[in-house]
Amino acid sequence: MAGIIGYGAYVPRNRIKVEEIAKVWGADAPSYKKGLMLREKSVPSPDQDVITMSVEASRNALARCGIDPSKIGAVYIGSESHPYAVKPSGTVVAEAIGATPDCHCVDFEFACKAGSEAMFVTMGLVDAGAIEYGLAIGADTSQGAPGDALEYSAAAGAAAYIVGKADGVAKVLYTHSFMTDTPDFWRREHMHYPRHAGRFTGEPAYFKHVTGCAKALLEKSGMEPEDFAYAVFHQPNGKFPMRVGKQLGFTKEQIEPGWLSPTLGNTYSGSSPMGLTATLDIAAPGDKIFMVSYGSGAGSDGFVFEVTDELPKMRERAPFTRTQLDEHKNYIDYGTYTKFRKKIRKGE
Amino acid sequence: MRDVAVIGVGMTKWGELWEKSLRDIFVESALEAVNDAGVDKIEAMYVGCMTSGLFVGQEHLGSLLSDYLGMGPIPALRVETACASGGAAFRSAIFDVACGAHDVVLAGGVEKMTDVGGDGATFALSTAADSEYEVYNGVTFPGLYALMAVAHMDKYGTTREQLAAVSVKNHANGSKNPHAQYPFEVDVDRVLNSVMIADPLTILDCSPITDGAAAAIVCPLDKVKDYTKNQPVKVLATAHATDTIALHSRKDIAWLSAVEKAGADAYKQAGLEPKDIDLVEVHDCFTIAEICVIEALGFFERGKGGPSAESGETAIGGRIPVNASGGLKSKGHPVGATGVAQIVEVTKQLRGEADKRQVENAKIGMTQNMGGTGGSSVVHIFGVE
Amino acid sequence: MSTSARYWREIPQRYRYEGGRCKGCGEVSFPPRVVCKSCGSREFETVEIAKQGKLLTHTVIRVGPSQFSDQTPYAVGVAELDDGVRLTAMIADCDFEELKVGMPVKLEFRKIRDEGEAGIICYGYKFVPVR
Repeated sequence: MAGIIGYGAYVPRNRIKVEEIAKVWGADAPSYKKGLMLREKSVPSPDQDVITMSVEASRNALARCGIDPSKIGAVYIGSESHPYAVKPSGTVVAEAIGATPDCHCVDFEFACKAGSEAMFVTMGLVDAGAIEYGLAIGADTSQGAPGDALEYSAAAGAAAYIVGKADGVAKVLYTHSFMTDTPDFWRREHMHYPRHAGRFTGEPAYFKHVTGCAKALLEKSGMEPEDFAYAVFHQPNGKFPMRVGKQLGFTKEQIEPGWLSPTLGNTYSGSSPMGLTATLDIAAPGDKIFMVSYGSGAGSDGFVFEVTDELPKMRERAPFTRTQLDEHKNYIDYGTYTKFRKKIRKGE
Repeated sequence: MRDVAVIGVGMTKWGELWEKSLRDIFVESALEAVNDAGVDKIEAMYVGCMTSGLFVGQEHLGSLLSDYLGMGPIPALRVETACASGGAAFRSAIFDVACGAHDVVLAGGVEKMTDVGGDGATFALSTAADSEYEVYNGVTFPGLYALMAVAHMDKYGTTREQLAAVSVKNHANGSKNPHAQYPFEVDVDRVLNSVMIADPLTILDCSPITDGAAAAIVCPLDKVKDYTKNQPVKVLATAHATDTIALHSRKDIAWLSAVEKAGADAYKQAGLEPKDIDLVEVHDCFTIAEICVIEALGFFERGKGGPSAESGETAIGGRIPVNASGGLKSKGHPVGATGVAQIVEVTKQLRGEADKRQVENAKIGMTQNMGGTGGSSVVHIFGVE
Repeated sequence: MSTSARYWREIPQRYRYEGGRCKGCGEVSFPPRVVCKSCGSREFETVEIAKQGKLLTHTVIRVGPSQFSDQTPYAVGVAELDDGVRLTAMIADCDFEELKVGMPVKLEFRKIRDEGEAGIICYGYKFVPVR
């Protein structure tokens, strides 16, 4: 099987607190904070988008593993907020890191699991011997409609994985993908903001697919939750990953290192991939890591990884995810937030 | 090569001239120069204009303006080197006469900047900088000079008050200039507290957007009396030097080496030194520019230009009067016309016609015109008997 | 204003920071040149310029062109990189109070501007403080 050769994450510097959003809409901040287990979220600056964050996350991944970027045979970015509707984000990133021109490129979308899809596909191509290395990125700068519940969590970030046919820093032991047609959350073309089906996004959507994928993966691998050092689940808020983990038999301690959403928000296609980078930042050789993403529409990709001796040797070469998350933050107010996120109607 | 003299000058009022087109203001200033010179024909024409194409959608300016000036099928050319276009046009006119090609040549300068909005003007002016490696990355013209100012302040201790004093002096001079766009006085406090454009430069540290034209007519020195009773103003030197287009490529961001080189060439040609100059018109597109220019021209030691205006040394009655006209700051800065207007001022000063701005006993005057952030500079020295 | 061709031509510099090292005197030009401005040599090799350096000067643009209105006021600076290359760029993710001559900075990939809502998106480099 393939392995993760290098990994990197990028978190923008700006933050907005739940209270700041709540006061504008007359909402009850404490109940949002408690109900969603969210405190604040990241906000991209006007000069940041999926492409810029993907470039920097990829550079972090390359810094860690030091491979020759011209050997990357595929660049895939999964996102719900690709800057162009037609013209791939991946071509810009591939040029920026020096992977062009002998390189395959495709942009993925599947709501929040587009990043894990990119990982899934690169692993398959590497296994098949079609490419030597693949770069898989999950990144988003997704929007929530003003005043909607999603506005409290929709955040920005990127995670990049270089996958190759070697053990690397984490072997890929098993993968599984689980998918049905479920209209829980969607966005039609030309619409600015996504829409969702309220409480239907819970049990029949997130929980059904994460659980379905997780159980199939556990069966496939013949493993139990207690065999794992860590578990990473898709994090649309702080509450869901903890609840699904508990339902499946994982502990809080297994989930916490990769549990970024309370202070990062929901980075959509970056969500579980970034959680995995934070976990790799602290995992020890031999640790097994369980990861299940979720994308509305709906589906989940699951992975079982085993950390190798190489990981501690190279992870210091790029900034840790929690360092980027916790340090040098710049808090902004709601007015600045709406300006940055282009929610203000300007003159022609 | 023949000696050359200025025999006639002209200039429009400078400001936001809504009712006048580019050709209107050019013709007005040119005819004033023609009348002043007492000539009945022009044999060739050089017009300094930075970018009539971007400001009014008009190129082929030489032909347009010679047509409207009604001087017949004469050779006419637009000369461009950003904000030094006017000085460069004058230099071209000098060579034309000096080499014997023609006897009566007009050097004009014109810019019509108010037909585009603020964004259009900003864009047009930005083409004087490095478009792919400076402008692309978000720096504006005031921004570039602010970068120069911060470097100068960091290296030499120049203060914001010293920059403001340059604006105060130039406004004081400009208040005596009937052609000036902003003929009012300001004080240091007003300059310091006006709206910040690019730290540390406020709007009163910056020259304005202006419509204006100026013209000068040159002829061989030994033929002056064939045309006019005006005292001939002899061209003692003409010099032009270039430097890197981008500020970041300069060895010293706070030093204008194109000005230094052009100045040195001019002094050498004229056999003069800075102390021989009675007045100088310099390119104060921003207050910091005046400070850097007077150092590069050798009037002040390197790094010591900061206190120049504060100390009174560069006032009309001071050791070296700088910008008796009011400079770009108060007079205005219609880009391509500025260099020629400096020559108009020096001509008047040397003839004793500068009225309330007159520098006493002015016999030798210098003009220094500059493009972009110092990527080009044109220097002239003039003298009278 | 950028056309596609004009933007695309500068991609090796804007995305990959490619400069030219003079084979005569070793000076690195950015962007690459045909004639070395120090020694006049016409032979160069492509190199990636250093990505870290120090600010030589800085300012804050408070009145800027309309394409940057969402970011105004913004800082810009000239930095000298560790290999001697000097360049001008916006300074992102900084507090204006921390700007000073000598401040360590590094290059980061950012969006520079777009050609309105329907035009191409133009990327490039900015400085960010090294913390």
